[in-house]
Amino acid sequence: MLRSIELSVGIFVGIGLAALFMLAMQASNLSSFTSDGAYQVSARFDNIGGLKVKSAVKVSGVKVGQVAEIDYDNETFEAVVVMNIDEKFDKFPRDTIASIFTSGLLGEQYIGLEPGGDDKLLANQSEIRHTQSAMVLEQLIGQFLFSKSKENK
Amino acid sequence: MKVLTGMLTRLGRASLFLGKVMAGIPQLFLRFGLVVKQVYSVGVQTLFITLVAGLFVGMVLALQLYYTLSTFGATDTLGMLVDLSLVRELGPVVAALLFAGRAGSALTAEIGLMKATEQLSGLEMMAVDPVERIIAPRFLAGVISMPLLAAMFSAIGILGAYSVGVDLLGVDAGAFWSQIQAKVDFYEDVLNGVIKSFVFGCIVSWIAVFEGYDCIPTSEGVARATTRTVVYSSLAVLAMDFVLTAIMYN
Amino acid sequence: MSDPLVQIHDLHFSRGDKKIFDGIDMEIRSGRITAVMGPSGTGKTTLLKLIGGQLKPDAGEIIVDGQNVHQLKRADLYRLRKKMGMLFQSGALLTDLSVFENIAYPLREHTNLNDALIRNMVLLKLQAVGLSAAHGLMPAELSGGMARRVALARALALDPMMIMYDEPFTGQDPISLGVLVKLIRETNQALKLTSILVSHDVAETLSIADDVKIISEGKVVADGTRDDIVQSESPWVRQFIDGEADGPVPFHYPGASIEQQLLQGVA
Repeated sequence: MLRSIELSVGIFVGIGLAALFMLAMQASNLSSFTSDGAYQVSARFDNIGGLKVKSAVKVSGVKVGQVAEIDYDNETFEAVVVMNIDEKFDKFPRDTIASIFTSGLLGEQYIGLEPGGDDKLLANQSEIRHTQSAMVLEQLIGQFLFSKSKENK
Repeated sequence: MKVLTGMLTRLGRASLFLGKVMAGIPQLFLRFGLVVKQVYSVGVQTLFITLVAGLFVGMVLALQLYYTLSTFGATDTLGMLVDLSLVRELGPVVAALLFAGRAGSALTAEIGLMKATEQLSGLEMMAVDPVERIIAPRFLAGVISMPLLAAMFSAIGILGAYSVGVDLLGVDAGAFWSQIQAKVDFYEDVLNGVIKSFVFGCIVSWIAVFEGYDCIPTSEGVARATTRTVVYSSLAVLAMDFVLTAIMYN
Repeated sequence: MSDPLVQIHDLHFSRGDKKIFDGIDMEIRSGRITAVMGPSGTGKTTLLKLIGGQLKPDAGEIIVDGQNVHQLKRADLYRLRKKMGMLFQSGALLTDLSVFENIAYPLREHTNLNDALIRNMVLLKLQAVGLSAAHGLMPAELSGGMARRVALARALALDPMMIMYDEPFTGQDPISLGVLVKLIRETNQALKLTSILVSHDVAETLSIADDVKIISEGKVVADGTRDDIVQSESPWVRQFIDGEADGPVPFHYPGASIEQQLLQGVA
């Protein structure tokens, strides 16, 4: 009697912990990226749009890191974004371009890296020089209307 | 006015009682068998209803969200949305409501009957403190069981949503999990959910043991106390959920 | 042997607006069976709970074995309670433990005896109440009389100096009644206990009590040895002992007379 109670309580606690473990590892971001084993690269943008800390950093659509820190430089009037990039991916040329893209029409924003052709590689704490700011939908529509009206002239 | 002072008196008595129960908890680590026995009657007995309810809640969520999301072509986010609603809200809250109905009422009835049949008085006269031996293990068992039950509820809910979303409605399995892993934060979402269910476990167990201990020791008194446990703890869980959500996600 | 074990001085106790005790003085002599009698609802059980320190009086004091019960610290009160056994009306056995475990419970809680010794002691206590063969039963399987006998064995487990019986005779068949009367008398003699017996069953109580106190409406109305009470001339005591329907305690609930009530209906 007592043993079977202990057994069922053991099973109960076991299932509970397994469920917690599943929520942690399978059903959240805990397993997907950790900041140890990563190196940091920064980039400056005129406009980061809706980029947030923990937004993805992708190359060719593959996630290689995430945004660690977003700050504003008072001197140059630019946004400074620090990224953690997984150390597995350590062969980015110095002239890599960082752009802010939107996944889908209404999706969230991420940083896309396009490797360049330089022989020298990006090191820890280095800065990406070539950046392209986020597209702001209103600006795009504005530009589109502007160019249309020029065509029609 | 008289009603108000009556309610405040009860609240005060319940708080003092909680203090006494807390004071009895350290002793329990020497007699952990008492707690294990209660985890059985409080937790294991609630397991079945929690799992079944969790499975269906997950399946219904998947169905409902699928039809809304498909009009935006965003069915890939199905898993993420189900996961977030379960882990943040539905898991802790619904599991706590089920817990109040199944385990809370049983606790109140059991303690109330022990009072009505003079078992609690009998222990006192044997120089055994019933708060330490009877109440504290039940309270602690409730506090331990609640987060585990809520986690099971959420986990099986996600599996239910997976079976409906992926197997039945054709959402991409990879998208289902990758969206979850991209958007559900462990600390922000999962851990806050666990904290919520821990708080709910404390509230429901507290109300249940207090109502039992404080009931009028007659059949009618026990029946009323049992009803009060379910009503009060359900209301307290929902109100507390609002407070916690406001603190955690403001 | 006749110095008082329990002394009650000017005890006042009320529950809500209702006064239960209005200045009670009582001495209970050690080594004797003292019966506290009175009509239902006079707070006889409350008196036992006050002696056991489970309730606090509004005024007055209760001294048990030289200690003022309601000024003791918790640990001292618990130490005193180990020397007091109490037999509840319902038996108050723990329903989730077997008969054996119920009697072993106080021993396991308060002593460091090993299992073999506890087993022997429990079986001996059960033998004393004639139920050693029933040690494996659960409380739900016992009849009311058996439950009370098991409870008696449990109350005796720690070898107390006194034992309090709360309505031990209520609702028993004649055989159980005989067994209980015999057990109470014999344990009191064999173990040199002091017994306090609360009851309104006149015949059984008078057959074993040495001293009798009668309480009514918050006061002690009669106090003496059994012979004093049996031969009492007081009309109140006579009505109680002889069980007459009318007397100092009226048959009719006090209030307007039936004539007045009927006439009110006409008008």
